[in-house]
Amino acid sequence: MSGAGLRRAVVLAAVVVACVLPFVLSNFRLFQFTQVFIYAIALLGLNILTGFNGQISLGHGAFYAVGAYTTAIMIDKWNVPYGWTIPVAGLLCLVVGFLFGIPALRLEGLYLALATFALALAIPQILKYFEHWTGGSQGIVLSKPRAPFGLTLNPDQWLYFVTLGVLLVLFVLAANLLSRRTGRAIVAIRDNPIAAQAMGVNNALYKSLTFGVSAAYTGVAGALSAVAIAFVAPDTFNVFLSITFLVGIVIGGLASISGAVFGALFIQFVPNWAQDISKAAPWAIYGIFLITFMYAMPRGIAGSLRLVLGRLARLSGGTRRVA
Amino acid sequence: MALLEVAGLEAQYGWTKVLHGLSFAVDVGGITTILGANGAGKTTTLRAVCGMVKTAGEVRFDGHRIAGRATEDIVRLGIAHVPEGRGTFMQLTVEENLRLGAYARASRGTLAGDLRRVFEYFPVLGDRQRQIAGSLSGGEQQMLAVARALMLRPRLLLLDEPSLGLAPLVVREIFRIVRTINREERVGVLLVEQNAAMALDLADHAYLLETGRVVMSGPAETLRKDDAIRRSYLGY
Amino acid sequence: MDIFVQQVVSGLATGGIYGSLALALVMIYQATDVVNYAQGEMAMFSTYLAWTLINAGLPYWVAFAATLAIAFVGGLAIERVVIRPVENAPVLTIVIVCIGLLVILNSVAGWVYSYIQKPFPSPFPEKPIRIGNVFFGAHDLGALGVTLVVLLSLYVFFRYTTLGLAMRAAAQNPVSSRLCGIRVGWMLAVGWGLAALVGAVAGMMVAPVVFLDPNMMGGILIYAFASATLGGFTSPGGAVLGGLIVGVIENLVGTYVRFIGTELKLTVALAVILVVLIVKPSGLFGRAAVHRV
Repeated sequence: MSGAGLRRAVVLAAVVVACVLPFVLSNFRLFQFTQVFIYAIALLGLNILTGFNGQISLGHGAFYAVGAYTTAIMIDKWNVPYGWTIPVAGLLCLVVGFLFGIPALRLEGLYLALATFALALAIPQILKYFEHWTGGSQGIVLSKPRAPFGLTLNPDQWLYFVTLGVLLVLFVLAANLLSRRTGRAIVAIRDNPIAAQAMGVNNALYKSLTFGVSAAYTGVAGALSAVAIAFVAPDTFNVFLSITFLVGIVIGGLASISGAVFGALFIQFVPNWAQDISKAAPWAIYGIFLITFMYAMPRGIAGSLRLVLGRLARLSGGTRRVA
Repeated sequence: MALLEVAGLEAQYGWTKVLHGLSFAVDVGGITTILGANGAGKTTTLRAVCGMVKTAGEVRFDGHRIAGRATEDIVRLGIAHVPEGRGTFMQLTVEENLRLGAYARASRGTLAGDLRRVFEYFPVLGDRQRQIAGSLSGGEQQMLAVARALMLRPRLLLLDEPSLGLAPLVVREIFRIVRTINREERVGVLLVEQNAAMALDLADHAYLLETGRVVMSGPAETLRKDDAIRRSYLGY
Repeated sequence: MDIFVQQVVSGLATGGIYGSLALALVMIYQATDVVNYAQGEMAMFSTYLAWTLINAGLPYWVAFAATLAIAFVGGLAIERVVIRPVENAPVLTIVIVCIGLLVILNSVAGWVYSYIQKPFPSPFPEKPIRIGNVFFGAHDLGALGVTLVVLLSLYVFFRYTTLGLAMRAAAQNPVSSRLCGIRVGWMLAVGWGLAALVGAVAGMMVAPVVFLDPNMMGGILIYAFASATLGGFTSPGGAVLGGLIVGVIENLVGTYVRFIGTELKLTVALAVILVVLIVKPSGLFGRAAVHRV
């Protein structure tokens, strides 16, 4: 089987498994998987920016927060149905991200990381400051949506499918975007900005747009999380959320679409395992996990899989495709 | 007697093999030159001798096997490499660059004396002792690179295209100094050059490299008289 | 006017601490292109070790010196054991390893010493020192003095010793350094050791002010980032100066601008980062990166 065919088969199998899960797992586990999908969307967003375009962001938790609060405020203040709030959150983050991307153009690597880090630090304070809208430190409590059209799904199952649906749509969109001319331009800017410019790519525009798209993905994820958890509060959007996202994309695999899913599984489940292993110092265990993981797979899970699959494909004489 | 003896040297970058079984030697107090076009593998040969690339084959210095050892250790044996692009520490002063040259030497007691000695060879460096190396001209930086190598008190000097990008007058000056060092201090020299005419004038032995293989070798005198060499590399 | 002088001196004291930590960051960044996000936690951990030694009955300055030695060896060991395996990995991989280190140190400190704040002694008298008509906190002056001594020693070390020269060379041009016989890997390790040592000084000088707890360096690390950014990540002297400037601005703004007070001090630091980055992306004293096609 060729590499591309194999990939397609694996993706299909994964989708089938994902559709069966709600009927075999407990609601609690199911909720965890919903969370995994939400993280995967956020990670894909960050990966488009950092992995594909080479702009390091330590502040994507901020866009996640903007998405979450957009949804929460629209539902809470204006009674907008949650389904409408999610695209609005995405669009708003697209605009905010694009605007943030413009001054960010002047910043290289480390300095961009620090500027976005500052943004991540400031977000909880800012959210608390606009108390009238955000409910201050108390946050906003929502109610979990029920399944429509008389579907016999409980709220957790319904939310799971909604999230899975959004995830699939956004992943297909990203895969299309990245495999075309636009995607090549985005990657070219990362690898050789001056050459890209010389080839007629408008670096500034592409970089800001990439920032916008990336923020939109993360914003949609934030919006979904507000609906799924039915609660938003400023201190959940702290610096560690942003750092967790970065951990997720590096562990999952930079510049890889499937890496976002692997990364999401890691950031959702590994802290829990760490907790199970040691109640006294769970974060120490988590840290050891992180470091050993990076030793074993310095290019992340997707990077290692790509190597293994590449070798398999070469052994079987199939063509190799770069995912 | 051979100071450096290389047999069946192979080297590769990643998957690409660049050297295919080279054999050559530098005599004690001798000057050997390796000629060849761009991409023939000249620079890689020098890098292979001092352990900067992955190699296979035999490299003996003073009778000891050095293949596979770390660059730092090879340097300590007394092999000084003036690399492609000169390897100047741009943000350090001329004097600091020279002090670094002496870093790996066993005896450090005579640093001042060594500085005086290289300033005799290169008076211009003495004048610019406290200047930042990055502010030197190309020719001065090449002199600094040779001077830095001398600070090691090497027994073998590896020179990678010292003439590259320099005015002919400067090149002649550098070659003159290399010859002096070779004669007065019996330092063996392995010179890689594109400027075949000058290199053959200086060297006693010469090897011609094409795509990672030695295609001709012998006394420099013989190669200089060879018709094929004259047409392709000397241009007359 | 007296209050102004007092606040400036006190700002210089905290600024010196920010500057030290910023210098530690810059030292590692220059040599390896990595921002060591664990720098603050390393300093915190060293300070706990100092606390243990002092509680075991050692005189303050003996404990101080012993802590510096332990921090140096610890930093060196961390580079050799933890960082070395990913030396050639992509920068982000190393960043994640540093983050792993951060959570480990934080968590282990909390586990061993608990998360309850502990007082940490100052070696300087409590009584303020009077110069002219102005009273200065003895710890402020002392901390400033200690910081300056450490920075001066570092300067002398890098400027005038062969090892210091070799370290600078290794950071600038590893390939050429190897050709000079310098063991570049060990130079990086010594760099980590020295950075850990400088961080330990910062930790021990700030702990009497903020109290000892596993999260005490979090905020200070952010100020250190601000300082290093302000000074430029490529300039050690700039980082220290950046620290002093941030410290003084923070104090003066906290004193004279009413609505900011103490709660928004962090925001001030962030504002400094953002403004500098947008106006002068390479910092006040940094060099702009040179790009090659």
